[in-house]
Amino acid sequence: MTQHALAPALPLETRQRMLRQMLEIRLAEESIQGLFLENLIRGTTHLCIGQEACSSGVAAVLQPGDTVTCTYRGHGHALAMGLSLKGMLAEMMGKASGICKGKGGSMHMTDASLGLLGANAIVGAQLPIAVGAALTAQVMGTGTLAITFFGEGASNIGAFHEALNLAAIWKLPVLFICENNQYGEYSAMHVTTPVANIADRASSYGMPGIIVDGQDAEIVYDQVKAAADRARSGGGPSLIELKTYRFKGHSRTDQAPYRPKGELDAWLKRDPILILKERMIAEGQLDETEYEELRSALERSVHEAVEWAKAEPFPALETLVQDIYYEG
Amino acid sequence: MPKMTYREAITKALADAMRADARVVLFGEDVAVAGGVFKVTPGLYEEFGALRVRDTPISEQAFIGAALGAAITGLRPVAELMFADFIPVAMDQIVNQIAKYRYMSGGQFVVPLTIRAAQGAGAGFGTQHSQCAESWLMNMPGLKIVVPGTVADAYGLLRTAIEENNPVIVLEHKVMYNLAEEVPDVLPHVPLGVAAVRRAGRDVTIVATQLVMQRSLEAADALAAEGISVEVIDLRSMAPLDEETILASLEKTHRLLIVEEAPHAGGWGATIAALAADRGIYLLDAPVKRVNMGGALVAYSPPLEDEVVPNAKRIAQAVRDLVAE
Ligand SMILES: Cc1ncc(C[n+]2csc(CCOP(=O)(O)OP(=O)(O)O)c2C)c(N)n1
Ligand SMILES: [Mg+2]
Repeated sequence: MTQHALAPALPLETRQRMLRQMLEIRLAEESIQGLFLENLIRGTTHLCIGQEACSSGVAAVLQPGDTVTCTYRGHGHALAMGLSLKGMLAEMMGKASGICKGKGGSMHMTDASLGLLGANAIVGAQLPIAVGAALTAQVMGTGTLAITFFGEGASNIGAFHEALNLAAIWKLPVLFICENNQYGEYSAMHVTTPVANIADRASSYGMPGIIVDGQDAEIVYDQVKAAADRARSGGGPSLIELKTYRFKGHSRTDQAPYRPKGELDAWLKRDPILILKERMIAEGQLDETEYEELRSALERSVHEAVEWAKAEPFPALETLVQDIYYEG
Repeated sequence: MPKMTYREAITKALADAMRADARVVLFGEDVAVAGGVFKVTPGLYEEFGALRVRDTPISEQAFIGAALGAAITGLRPVAELMFADFIPVAMDQIVNQIAKYRYMSGGQFVVPLTIRAAQGAGAGFGTQHSQCAESWLMNMPGLKIVVPGTVADAYGLLRTAIEENNPVIVLEHKVMYNLAEEVPDVLPHVPLGVAAVRRAGRDVTIVATQLVMQRSLEAADALAAEGISVEVIDLRSMAPLDEETILASLEKTHRLLIVEEAPHAGGWGATIAALAADRGIYLLDAPVKRVNMGGALVAYSPPLEDEVVPNAKRIAQAVRDLVAE
């Protein structure tokens, strides 16, 4: 197990893309919270604010044909993979033009055309599904990879252990990526989990367990890329733990009163957007004015997407019974 | 016509499906090298190799979920769950994932997967290895469910299931594996959602499946000697359900007996009774009757196990009662 403190210097356009993605995710999530409070998004939402480097660092590793399954806290992954913000927002508002025609909602972002095989609302269930996607890659010899995201809380559920075991025994090209954001709902990790690092669990399954600074998109990219290369060339699965933090509550209107004083402030200093932004400024690749321009351009496009989605129609009622079975 | 067993028919269906389509893969506990706990898969590993025929760890959630992941990315997996009693162990993957994956994505996926499991009482396996699973699953739109009750259907339904672009649960009855019947030289595919009239009759319609369907045929033989003419419908597909064949039969007989290997409450027979009430009430000359396991569970001791599943005697008596109404 290794903790890499040094970020590799990625090419300028990769950094620019990552910064842009992380900002878009941040701004989209903030507007999603507003739409939830307005009751335009119903039920629940789970924001990934603070965890954007996990999304954009991993997305940079993906190649055509790769697949991803993730959790309800998956808006960032979907956007980083290229899901249209309009399709996402319309989905959350239950509109006909939503990416899942309004049948999925905030917790089920899916875009098969991008390899995004679905965000899941049952903790842990997406891991075995990714194992199956990796099985297809192995049987068909595609050289592609399956990636599955989950929280540290999910490492206590049976599906996690079964999926890692099966993937290891079949040496499948799958990466198990744990976003350890320190909390499962309202419970701090140490209350529910007897190991200090989720990556420690990899040894039970004879696979590498890798601990990574999840706040630094470049480090995430670097470490995930190495595991991905290994998996693509038949070296089998890895368990990668991204140490991160959610800056907001678990869901809905949770204000996270269960957090110890000062903890959030300490993590805010490690804001993934600031880390990359400041590095780029220090290296002369960006200045404050350009950053502000980028930010306002993204604010405008998020605003436009929100207004567009608000104006979209709801699905026709006859669609309720469509798409249950494939007819053909 | 050659004779074949129910078990051999399933093995042949798997082999023929794998020969016909390289995307068909097979996995489950001990299905590869050992040929399966019920010896349904011998020879497949040897013919199709380690890439396509795989033993899994004892991890029903993982390999049933993997079947889904494989199905939505281009394979046509067949997963063997061994005993149907293990279905609840993988229930999240079956109910929340497999059944809903197409729907909650707004139709982005097809889910061409087959799950096989052996169900039913009568082999002395005790209460955790003898249940029937179809009633648990029928409450879940998105799944198709078949219950072959003849040798030809064991072949034909499985072939269709594997070629179907929706998830299909194939529940084989474990005491029927040794059943030998004459079959045509070329076994046909059997469509899903179509019931079969196994015996034509005038006085009473019996709707049944698998073992209790075979016992209903026995009962019908005995009743014929008493001058009672029984029509026996083998449902064979629980989802989709062939309502028309049942209603057409009621138009003739005006009396309905449902024979289930299932507890009474929430058993699939309740759905058939509701059909008769909704769409067949004016065809009926007598109340609908159900013969099933009541509130009992399957027990180990032979006489207790024999008692719990409806036998020909109980079925015949229920027909007599119904005719007397
Ligand atoms: C099987 C299951 N159990 C419980 C829940 C309720 N639940 C939703 S999210 C959550 C916490 C999960 O924590 P973690 O895995 O760390 O992911 P995070 O939400 O922190 O991203 C729980 C308990 C669920 N959705 N599914
Ligand atoms: Mg967590």
